[in-house]
Amino acid sequence: MIALVKRDLALAIRAGGGFGLGLAFFLILCVLVPFGVGPEPALLARIAPGILWVGALLAALLSLDRIFQFDYEDGTLEVLATAPLPLEGVALVKALAHWVTTGLPLTLAAAPLGMLLNLPAQAVPALVLGLALGTPALSVIGAFGAALTVGLKRGGLLISLLVLPLYMPTLLYGADAARRGAAGLEASTPLLLLAGISAAAVALMPFVTAAALRMNLR
Amino acid sequence: MSIWKYANPKQFMHSTAWLVPLFSYAAAGFIAVGLIWGFFFTPDDFRQGSTVKIIYLHVPSALMAINAWFMMLVASLIWLIRRHHVSALAARAAAPIGVVMTLIALFTGAVWGEPMWGTWWAWDPRLTSFLILFLFYLGYIALWQAIETQDVAADLTSILCLVGSVFAVLSRYAVNFWNQGLHQGTSVPVATGGRTVDDVFFVPLVISMIGFGLLFVALVLLRTRTEIRHRRLHALLARERAAQ
Amino acid sequence: MPDLGKYAEAVLSAYAVSLILIAAIVALSVWRSRAIKRQLAEVEARVATTPARSSEKTQDA
Repeated sequence: MIALVKRDLALAIRAGGGFGLGLAFFLILCVLVPFGVGPEPALLARIAPGILWVGALLAALLSLDRIFQFDYEDGTLEVLATAPLPLEGVALVKALAHWVTTGLPLTLAAAPLGMLLNLPAQAVPALVLGLALGTPALSVIGAFGAALTVGLKRGGLLISLLVLPLYMPTLLYGADAARRGAAGLEASTPLLLLAGISAAAVALMPFVTAAALRMNLR
Repeated sequence: MSIWKYANPKQFMHSTAWLVPLFSYAAAGFIAVGLIWGFFFTPDDFRQGSTVKIIYLHVPSALMAINAWFMMLVASLIWLIRRHHVSALAARAAAPIGVVMTLIALFTGAVWGEPMWGTWWAWDPRLTSFLILFLFYLGYIALWQAIETQDVAADLTSILCLVGSVFAVLSRYAVNFWNQGLHQGTSVPVATGGRTVDDVFFVPLVISMIGFGLLFVALVLLRTRTEIRHRRLHALLARERAAQ
Repeated sequence: MPDLGKYAEAVLSAYAVSLILIAAIVALSVWRSRAIKRQLAEVEARVATTPARSSEKTQDA
């Protein structure tokens, strides 16, 4: 299992800069938004939590279809399905590799990028903590979407239609926590709910992901 | 004899042949009576004026939009557990009807909201969850259409329906939290079904609701029969090609 | 025609759009049902003329 984690991480990092791409996308988004809505600091500060969270969602979405695609095409997935490690474990490891290459760097980069958007300093803890708690959920839910569309030639657009509605609760609590942080309010309630969603998603989604993979491999 | 005998496509085709016209006529009758009664023969509400007449479309369609998803959930579960093809096809048949019902509910809600709340759209929990439901329907239908192998498509859409249901419920409560979190105390006066409605409005509303329910059943039966025929058509064509 | 007052536009458009949408889904369902039924009848007639396969055609619907 650890070997699989290492392999997937190595692959993700080698294949077109797994770390870099999501981050670069995140950065570009934070540069584009002021062009779109105007440079007024108060306005930017107000929408910064939402922009950063939506950006995290989209950045996570970008690399989703690669989670299983290559392994499905070259047959590795079938080997993994018959390996002693249960497919649920494979699903979890794949999601973990996805998180390490997207969720983790986004969480770390959120604070400096928040400054670009004039995010109040007091919102940073809630934002970073929220991203740290919420992005694992994005990865495991995304892995489910990737498993659904793995057999398709052009699953990219479909995957966003399938996965984005499932991201709704995560986005909502995460952005709410950051907004409350920005307003100087107590943010522990949305953060706890976010943690709950993440924990439940990490615990349960690998099972449905594995089920979807088995259906595709049959 | 049990309900499962209808899971056999032949048995299903045989048993439902006469049900489709029956339900269609009943649905047409109930909807006609409900809507004509509601439109022509009910008084205006003293506060809402004539917009109260929208209720005869809005509430039944919203009800069926949710029920259609629920029916798809049950049918998906039956497919995943007992592998009855009719069940999977019925779920597929119901989705576009659910889309139409959701659209009607959203549209009538918007034109009702405009004069009543002064806005076409508000990010009210109920409205927002309906929009999310609409997205779930779209994703479900798109997945059905994207996958070519029918049984795999049935499997994957069923599991999407299951997961989607959980997340739809989660979103429903999350949205509640979010809205209250933002605008404490402001509540948008969404009509809450029959409870506060006077009999004058309630009787045609119930008739219309029954009509929409019958319409849904009739359409699901008709569309399921079409899907069964469609599958048989493909099986025959494939066999013919193989024989050549 | 009842007097709809100042809300006539809202009420009428709600009814019009809803009825159009319902008519559309009904028409679509009926049209597809007929088309598939006709195609199936054609193919079945064709299959029935080749006796070798006529026995197995009812296996899966």
